[in-house]
Amino acid sequence: MIRSRLLLLATSACALTLTACSGGGSSNAPTGDSVSVGVLQSLTGTMAISEMTVKNAEMLAIEEINAAGGVMGKTINALVEDGASDPSTFAQKASKLIESDGAVTVFGGWTSASRKAMLPVFERTKNLLWYPVQFEGNECSPNIMYSGAQPNQQALPALEWAVAQGHKSFFLVGSDYVYPRTANLILKKHIEKGGMQVLGEAYVPLGGTDFSGVIAKIAQAKPAMIINTLNGDSNVAFFKQLQAAGISTKTMPVMSFSIGEQEAKAMGATLVEGSYAAWNYFQSLPGDANAKFIAAYQAKFGKDAAITDPMVHGYLDVYAWKAAVEKAKSFDPDAVRKAAATLGGFDTPMGKVSFAANQSLTQKAYIGKLKGDGQFEIIADSGKDIAPEPYDALAFPGKTCKL
Amino acid sequence: MDALFLNQLFNGASLASLYLLAALGLALSFGLMRVINMAHGEMLMLGGYLAWMTLLVVPGALGIVLAIPVAFIGAAAMGGLIQSTLIRRLSARPLDTLLATWGVSLILQQAARDLFGAIGVEVRAPDWLTGSFMIAGVTLPSARLFIILIAALVLGGLALLLLKTRIGLLVRAVNQDRMMASAVGIDVKRVDFTVFCLGSGVAGLAGVMLALLGPVTPNVGQSYIIPAFLVVVMGGLGSIVGTTASAIILGLFAALAQIFVDVSVAQMLLLVFVILFIQVRPQGVIAVKSRQLDA
Amino acid sequence: MPDLSRLNPAKPFLPWVLLALGIAAPFALSAYDLNLLARFMAMGILALGLVLIWGHGGILSLGQGVFFGLGGYAIALHMKLADLPQGEIPDFMVWSGRESLPFWWEPFASPAFTIAAILIVPTLVGALFSWAVFHRRVGGTYFALITQALALAFSTLIISRQDVTGGFNGLTDFYSIFGIGLASPGTGSMLYWVTLAILCAAFVGLRWLLASRFGILLRAARDGENRVRFLGYSPTPFKVVAFAIAAMLAGISGALFTLHAGVVSPALIGVVPSIEMVVWVAIGGRYSLAGAIVGALLVNLARDAVSSAFPELWLYLMGALFIFVVTLLPRGLAGLIKGKAA
Repeated sequence: MIRSRLLLLATSACALTLTACSGGGSSNAPTGDSVSVGVLQSLTGTMAISEMTVKNAEMLAIEEINAAGGVMGKTINALVEDGASDPSTFAQKASKLIESDGAVTVFGGWTSASRKAMLPVFERTKNLLWYPVQFEGNECSPNIMYSGAQPNQQALPALEWAVAQGHKSFFLVGSDYVYPRTANLILKKHIEKGGMQVLGEAYVPLGGTDFSGVIAKIAQAKPAMIINTLNGDSNVAFFKQLQAAGISTKTMPVMSFSIGEQEAKAMGATLVEGSYAAWNYFQSLPGDANAKFIAAYQAKFGKDAAITDPMVHGYLDVYAWKAAVEKAKSFDPDAVRKAAATLGGFDTPMGKVSFAANQSLTQKAYIGKLKGDGQFEIIADSGKDIAPEPYDALAFPGKTCKL
Repeated sequence: MDALFLNQLFNGASLASLYLLAALGLALSFGLMRVINMAHGEMLMLGGYLAWMTLLVVPGALGIVLAIPVAFIGAAAMGGLIQSTLIRRLSARPLDTLLATWGVSLILQQAARDLFGAIGVEVRAPDWLTGSFMIAGVTLPSARLFIILIAALVLGGLALLLLKTRIGLLVRAVNQDRMMASAVGIDVKRVDFTVFCLGSGVAGLAGVMLALLGPVTPNVGQSYIIPAFLVVVMGGLGSIVGTTASAIILGLFAALAQIFVDVSVAQMLLLVFVILFIQVRPQGVIAVKSRQLDA
Repeated sequence: MPDLSRLNPAKPFLPWVLLALGIAAPFALSAYDLNLLARFMAMGILALGLVLIWGHGGILSLGQGVFFGLGGYAIALHMKLADLPQGEIPDFMVWSGRESLPFWWEPFASPAFTIAAILIVPTLVGALFSWAVFHRRVGGTYFALITQALALAFSTLIISRQDVTGGFNGLTDFYSIFGIGLASPGTGSMLYWVTLAILCAAFVGLRWLLASRFGILLRAARDGENRVRFLGYSPTPFKVVAFAIAAMLAGISGALFTLHAGVVSPALIGVVPSIEMVVWVAIGGRYSLAGAIVGALLVNLARDAVSSAFPELWLYLMGALFIFVVTLLPRGLAGLIKGKAA
């Protein structure tokens, strides 16, 4: 029975630790002179490299707000947790932040997988998540504020721009996960409706670096433009092997949806110079608010730190939450989300934006061309603000957002 | 279809060269010691980072040529360290070696992340490696031709070493019958050590080749190591010819499958192919004959 | 340290105290902590299977995530269908461009079929796969490498068939299981007790199995496969049955984990998680059933505590701990407590 003895010891040890950790259930109403919020990004694993910068931006906003007197007289107490690039960990930590640690709201998530896994937790606990990254749409939950671009705020404006430049045939290449596949599905419907051609579509496992087969197919198809939704490291391998195969991005331009300033810098900008990207924010955007944000971030995290679109969305999420809390005069998530959707325009590093009734951000889209120094030259913009559409009417007819 | 087929045939050859370079060290040590080093992928990574550092010191057209010996020696030294401190202690427990070296791989990856950053670094190939040739509608990138050439040279060098030198004789002796070799006075531990260093060095060299095709990241070794394991499984115990044949078969299979299916499905088919193959030939492509029952 | 090996049978009440503590946990823990404990206990069931094949069978599997995933996806399919309004298909199929439910999803609407699938599919896949390898007398290191390739291929395949599997996102957003609301009060405790009961049953069942003739032959095949052959036994069926049992336990474990975690995704079943499963057992003790459960609990608790505070440290710690345990402490924590006598 030694085994049982051992098990007993361990179980009681675990039980003790667990009981010690749990502070009992709280209704998450802030008491005293501070209020707890969660910051939940991947600090380890494959996504850490991207998510760490968003965490930094979110923390910067929280510090700035605290330095300026906090929210409704309360200091923000940021609880940082690691999602470990694993959806089930995100769900677990979200539940910990809300149910054990008393967070009134949570900023975080990057992959759709992490958001999908957290969604039931936020709906069950009636809490509120602020999600900062571009995504494939097809979701609207009352318990999530979506500040990243919907497909109609990034992918479709990019396509419209490409068509206006005279490109009529496309090859779609992406990493094998949800955003590329769904974004490409939407793009294909629009390309076909416009009487143009999709000459091929290829997916490579996340982190994959062998593009020989894909490039052979591209070389054979000879599209006018490549639309690229590859993620992270795969981009370097793709552009490198494209170049090695004698395909120049000058004659066959590439439009990317996941290359930002950080990626461009790491890739060695000479490799991707001259290729295009679409975002709602570029570091090179003019404006005082942007210059101020860049200066504050670089003062804290290094003068060469690249600033990207998701970081700015993470940053503005915190300010939007503050404004909504002050408008609602309450930390209650339900009151806050309603206040946020009726906040009207507010100033951010990316200009004036506002949350629409469907809790996604109304924002402009920009097309940038990569320069040799890793920055983008903004060559086109959507002009007007684009209202977010979670469900593309052409690809998903009849679907609407019901909150 | 024809141009695509020919293109993929060539891509298969270059993929096979990478598989071979990654698998040779594994196969050699496995033949001798019956152990697999799970941190072998990190020898590729190390080679890649060493190439990057060499090019920082010696930029220009010949940097990459200099990077090859640097990466070889660096990875061989790291391999020697792992062998003498860890693997030697575990020599009678192959499965435990597998697990312990996985721990090493975890630590090496994290160390690379802390030292060089998680996002990876880019090795800029010199101009003479960035172009391509067109022959009969097939694009032959010079970088890939270079990789095939290096793999052929390494293979030739190893064959000469094993067949024509004294150390090669010792390796073959230990490979055939370890006990007997030991009994006639061969220092088997030293042979083990030498072969392990050699194999790690070849992996480091493979890392330089990978750097020509993609970024060097902390987990760059991971994407090639599992196919390399399959090459070893299919190759047969300790046979260079078997390993080479198996690398060529798997490289071509993976590339040609991509004509019809996605990369993801091609990966699954590769495994199914190996399992089917061992139904027919469990001893691998080529097996060294031995009277030993319990290997 | 007192000589613990004499406790049996002097203090036969210990397992009962333990059981009582386990049963009482829902009254002492918060909902969050109870959920966490239940999750780790579910993982313990998988760890028990590894003791059977690895500790006693000498078969190292680096692909248990595959069977964990089969069980997890089976129950997830059922829960997706259960919450579906009449005539609709799951949302991810819509945004992946599908218009109808694939035929093999349909039977999962039935609870009985789902339970049968959780029990049978992993077992069958495990049996066929291990038979295909073992009957050609391929084993040892080769087997470990092939199982690792299996884990990679399986997770890649699930990701690439997004329209029918949910892809990289996995499956999530569940509301009820067999008609019981997951969010309703009491469900958490009930699922916890179910998990505890299955864990105990698996523990008792394996103890019996390991003490039986089957266990003896399995160990004999581990220590000298050819000697067993000379004695007139074929070791292949023993190894295949053991592997199939471990696969079944992994499937059950995956199904329970999915219930507690509310999500199943490729991130849980690939190469790295599959090796981590072996880590739990290596640390707890590969020969000891209780050790494996403790290993699963401790490693996961430690990860929960360490990885948020010191994300970088966690990987070094895990790697170093693993090297240390495997080289110097092959019997794991259980070996420490039992001493050399065991």
